[in-house]
Amino acid sequence: MAIFDILKRRSSSTVAKDRLKLVLVSDRAGCSPEIMEQIKNDIIEVISKYVEMDTEGLDIRITQTESEGDNGTVPALIANIPIKDMKMKQHGK
Amino acid sequence: MGEVIVITSGKGGVGKTTTTANVGAGLAKLDKKVILIDTDIGLRNLDVVLGLENRIVYNLVDVIEGNCRIKQALIKDKRYPSLYLLPSAQTRDKTSVSPEQMKKLADELRGEFDYILLDCPAGIEQGFQNAIAGADRALVITTPEVSAVRDADRIIGLLEASEMKQTQLIVNRIRPDMVKRGDMMTSNDVVEILAIDLIGVVPDDENIVISTNQGEPIVGSDAMAGRAYMNICHRLLGEDVPYLDLTIKKGFFSKLFGKN
Repeated sequence: MAIFDILKRRSSSTVAKDRLKLVLVSDRAGCSPEIMEQIKNDIIEVISKYVEMDTEGLDIRITQTESEGDNGTVPALIANIPIKDMKMKQHGK
Repeated sequence: MGEVIVITSGKGGVGKTTTTANVGAGLAKLDKKVILIDTDIGLRNLDVVLGLENRIVYNLVDVIEGNCRIKQALIKDKRYPSLYLLPSAQTRDKTSVSPEQMKKLADELRGEFDYILLDCPAGIEQGFQNAIAGADRALVITTPEVSAVRDADRIIGLLEASEMKQTQLIVNRIRPDMVKRGDMMTSNDVVEILAIDLIGVVPDDENIVISTNQGEPIVGSDAMAGRAYMNICHRLLGEDVPYLDLTIKKGFFSKLFGKN
């Protein structure tokens, strides 16, 4: 197995570059942990109106993604929202 | 009219003071009249890197507070006839000086000198704000490490916000052996991430430690770092100088017969 681990290993400079790109996207967005927490709570509030979700497992982060236009990479807000019960809640009350 | 250049980095220990000393000495070697100002009040360093620590009488805070005239506080470097140092105060703190006072001082020196180089303290607090206040151009120093590049990005953002006219990057302490193994980011990687213009790449060179031990700038010597600093000076003067080849030569024979 060891040889596969060696083959799989990315060079540490690539790791550094990838980590930096991610950390700079959120640095540059100037998004404080408090604001992220608020966004998270608001998302929970809205989504919970429709489905039952795993609030503990919810993960949101600012990252970057290839733009569909020709703008290169752009910042994106990615939310991973695990749903506990797919059955749609009755809208309204 | 002289140009005011601030040398800054955000993170400490990446080579601001060494760069200030060597770029200043290099410009003086190219017959420019240069003054180096150590703006790191309370943590005086540029004097020892230049080997001028025994000649200090007055300092930056004395000049700002009017305890002496500018001329009295300037230390003339005997090795380079057109190089002067205005040392920092060791027993005061950053709040002794305001950005307005620094700007006024830099503007007064423009008539007398071709280049006014400001060695900026680490951090983004008042010391940084003081140092950048009067500058036309900023040189941002970083090393190819995650923490230093992140801090450089923050500094670049702050320089943009304060409408710095020109900001350029120096990537310091590149180790060609580690780059070749894939264990260090290249200067191109850093430039791509920070998205600003490059003005210099300086290899990690043990001769820097030796020259700092001795208080002698390395610029202009045959050492790789000495050549890299001289190239930065030529680029500051607007010349187009190719970057040093820092890649490691392969193979036994090229090691034996290679020029470097």
